[in-house]
Amino acid sequence: MLTTIQIVLLIFVIFAISRVILRLKEKVLSTQMAFFWVLIWLAALVGILLPKTTTKIASFFGVGRGVDVIVYISLALLFYLVFRIYVMIEDLRHEITNLIRELALQNPSQKTPRLLSSSRRRGSKK
Amino acid sequence: MKLVIVVPAFNESSVIYKVLSLLPKSLNRISTIETVVVDDGSSDKTSQEAKKAGAKVLRHISNRGVGAATKTGIEYAKIKEADVVVTFDADGQHDPEDIPKLLKPIISRTADVVIGSRFKKKQKMPLDRFFLNWFANLITFILFGVVSTDSQSGLRAFSKKAINLINFSGERMDFSSEILLEAKKHKLKTHEVPIKAIYTSYSRAKGQKNINSISILVRFIIKFLR
Repeated sequence: MLTTIQIVLLIFVIFAISRVILRLKEKVLSTQMAFFWVLIWLAALVGILLPKTTTKIASFFGVGRGVDVIVYISLALLFYLVFRIYVMIEDLRHEITNLIRELALQNPSQKTPRLLSSSRRRGSKK
Repeated sequence: MKLVIVVPAFNESSVIYKVLSLLPKSLNRISTIETVVVDDGSSDKTSQEAKKAGAKVLRHISNRGVGAATKTGIEYAKIKEADVVVTFDADGQHDPEDIPKLLKPIISRTADVVIGSRFKKKQKMPLDRFFLNWFANLITFILFGVVSTDSQSGLRAFSKKAINLINFSGERMDFSSEILLEAKKHKLKTHEVPIKAIYTSYSRAKGQKNINSISILVRFIIKFLR
């Protein structure tokens, strides 16, 4: 018999996988990225439906409980993803800067409407 | 020799006219001087004031940080085939009289990068700024292995060779140390000359918040990890 938490998590995972597939169809996600996310959610599915497997993994890694090993792996993964996103945002920032530089060099002295309301002040000097 | 003075400016309308009007109009061994103000998305009349003072104005449509603005100015100097580039802060903390001192080693070809150092000679400076700057110097040394008495100085001169070789991506204050690293990487001759630092209540209030240095440091470290 499935417990309530298993049912709730199961529904959530199915929802998450459906989102991945939808985004893949829209080509927002690349095949590789979609594969990665489906893999993650399938792993979650195994953990939810067959909780015993997590205990096996835990004992393999020398961790006490199955839940603990999931928390450890998830945390490591999350930190890595946050880092990837940080790098990506930095890259985007550079691209925006390059665009703005090109615009500035092409229309010297021309008054251009402000595209972004840059509410955050960046130190423009010491 | 053609000199381009790059002045990155963000919301400096109250002082920029005066700062620009005090810049030298002619210098020994320099045939032409062009001043370019990079208005880093100011919301005040910085551009108009700079134009009124007769400077060339390039405008960033959004605020990208002092490093990005400086780079835009240097790119402009490259297009204009400048032989020497001087960067000069818009808030009036530098003394225009120091510019010839900065140019001297470049004209005599003894250096490609000249840093105006506020710490080479003893002078009054707010204590927090003093410690912050030395902290920045220490971090620059630890991360890049570059020894500098003023790694954050805004008053610098670059030869043509230097502006063609130096490539930096730091958009905020982190660019200052990055330039030093680039200079080291390309084996450019770097020289430091003592300069005056004028700390007014205006430049103090306008200037970099002390707390900003933490986010700059974090950015620095992340750059190493990526």
